[in-house]
Amino acid sequence: MIRLIPRVENSTAMVLLSPLLALTLTALSAYLIFVFILVDIPVSSVFFTLFVEPLIDSYYFSELLVKAAPLMIIGLGLSIGFRAGIWNIGAEGQYVMGGIAGSAVGLYFYNVEALWLLPLMTVAGILGGMLYAGIAAFLRIRYQVNEILVTLMLTYVAVLFLSAMLQGPLRNPSGFNFPESRIFHDSAMLPIIWEGTRLHIGLIVAIILSLVAWFGIKKHMFGMQIKISGSAPRAAKFAGFDDNKTVWYSLLISGGLAGLAGLFEAAGPAGQLTPGLPQFYGFTAIIVAFLARLHPVGVLFSALLIALSYVGGENVQIEYNLPSSITQIFQGMLLFYFLACDILIKYKVVLFKTKN
Amino acid sequence: MNESLFINIIIGISIASVPLIFAAIGELLVERSGVLNLGVEGMMIVGALLGFVVMSHTQNPYLAVLSAMLGGMVIASIFAFLTQFLLTNQVATGLALTLFGLGFAAFAGRGYTEETIQLITAVPIPYLSDIPYLGPLLFSFNPLVYLAFFMVYLVWWFLFKTKQGLILRAIGDNHDAAHAIGHNVVRYRVMAILFGGAMAGIGGAFLSLVQVPIWGEGMTAGRGWIALGLVVFASWQPFRIIFGAILFGGITILQIHAQGLNINVSAQYLSMLPYLATIVILVSLRMRLKNKTNRTVPNCLGRIFHSTT
Repeated sequence: MIRLIPRVENSTAMVLLSPLLALTLTALSAYLIFVFILVDIPVSSVFFTLFVEPLIDSYYFSELLVKAAPLMIIGLGLSIGFRAGIWNIGAEGQYVMGGIAGSAVGLYFYNVEALWLLPLMTVAGILGGMLYAGIAAFLRIRYQVNEILVTLMLTYVAVLFLSAMLQGPLRNPSGFNFPESRIFHDSAMLPIIWEGTRLHIGLIVAIILSLVAWFGIKKHMFGMQIKISGSAPRAAKFAGFDDNKTVWYSLLISGGLAGLAGLFEAAGPAGQLTPGLPQFYGFTAIIVAFLARLHPVGVLFSALLIALSYVGGENVQIEYNLPSSITQIFQGMLLFYFLACDILIKYKVVLFKTKN
Repeated sequence: MNESLFINIIIGISIASVPLIFAAIGELLVERSGVLNLGVEGMMIVGALLGFVVMSHTQNPYLAVLSAMLGGMVIASIFAFLTQFLLTNQVATGLALTLFGLGFAAFAGRGYTEETIQLITAVPIPYLSDIPYLGPLLFSFNPLVYLAFFMVYLVWWFLFKTKQGLILRAIGDNHDAAHAIGHNVVRYRVMAILFGGAMAGIGGAFLSLVQVPIWGEGMTAGRGWIALGLVVFASWQPFRIIFGAILFGGITILQIHAQGLNINVSAQYLSMLPYLATIVILVSLRMRLKNKTNRTVPNCLGRIFHSTT
């Protein structure tokens, strides 16, 4: 028989060990899957392409950082909301809306070359995401409608809205009816921080934001409020914390950051608004937030890990013609194992013989 | 209105709403036992894929539907194991299940995107379907449509007319008390989760075996999430699921017909309707309840149960 005995105190060793265990189990499962599906390719070379090559090749490494930036920014916002027990599952929708809003500003001032353009687009992107998440906050507070369902439904709406915009007002007038916007001018594009790659300033912004959030949560009353609202809602009420404020802040922060990431993607690697803007970052960022245990600085590292699986997944697709959906399977598995291994923190696993 | 158009609309609505009925009635039982499984979308897509794959290999609709149910159960069992034995957070685990299911189905189904299958077609019931008006309206549907309605009845009967149903509801409302008087909380919940998986699987298979004869990545297009909304809309009462699902079916059909009638609105805006309607309906439900708290919510919904004895 196996039995779980609650620990008196959370095990610090397990806090560190359980993610490693989860990683090991994921790698092991990945190995088994490859052994099963690969016929004439050695598993080790696929593993190398998947997990090592993106780290040692400078181009792939820059692409890894390009993909990590939006995951960091969105994951950071989600981690703050999740702490408070506010489940914004539709960051993908807010990301798309931020991308549309910011790009619309950029395209409106298409002929303008000015320093203020990019900041203005950024503000529009943040506001777009904020307003979109704000709908969910309003409905939850006013009508107690579950924010999980609202944010998700609005994600489907946002993707359709993007497509409508690209076939209508934001379409490139001289683009042969392709559903794409015009390509942004230089002053509407994010500065590149690594010459010769697509790596843009978004990465630096992400790191700064995460440090700010870490400091804010530690030192500011609001950090305390969201922590307690999430872990002990009744205590939060007795402490006089305003429930509605927690809902508003959580959704506006996570929505605004998702919107920022959307604008960065459009004004960064894409350089225009295309139907390819939604890349599942909003959903993957949920995994990023959980892998980081909702820690604002941890998000930086878990985003790098998930970005590795993205870039590696693309590489095996190109080199070995394996489907890129394998990335999603790994990410799902990693989250499964991670959640499962966390039981070791709060409980002791005890084996004992049954009497008889 | 033209009579055959009317009947076509009724059939259209039934076909659009049945996947939602299956998925929602399964989830309703799960939530009644106190478990929130957000993996409906993932279980549906796996059901859609397995149903399609088995159909294309065996051409046997019974086998196809059965394997879809089994597929849904297998993937639901991951959720059951994690949440019931390893006590993981149900929201996070359900999300992981959806992400994993979508990835798995896209991966495993990559060889089937070009294929088509023979759809499971309607089977008019002999003699009864010949009755004027009533025949085509009541007795000429796809067998799975009848099954969906029967499952709603079955869940209602189980929950409110059997002893086990009473126990299941008690567990959903207060798992500690139910455990104290000797009921096996985990066993009931695991059973409920597996049933939910089977129903989501069959709902997904309906999409790829009855609605369209093809398989496509992400073909569930959020129906699993709409089903979750339906459970809330139905206030956890089985028969209200039918009402809600027909409402959604109606909106979907309206959208398709509006496109056919060349109404001057972009297709994208019409396609938003089912998603927006979900939100509007959830809001209107709350407006009807005003400030009363919803008493039908299972008290222990989403809470982790761990017994030390």
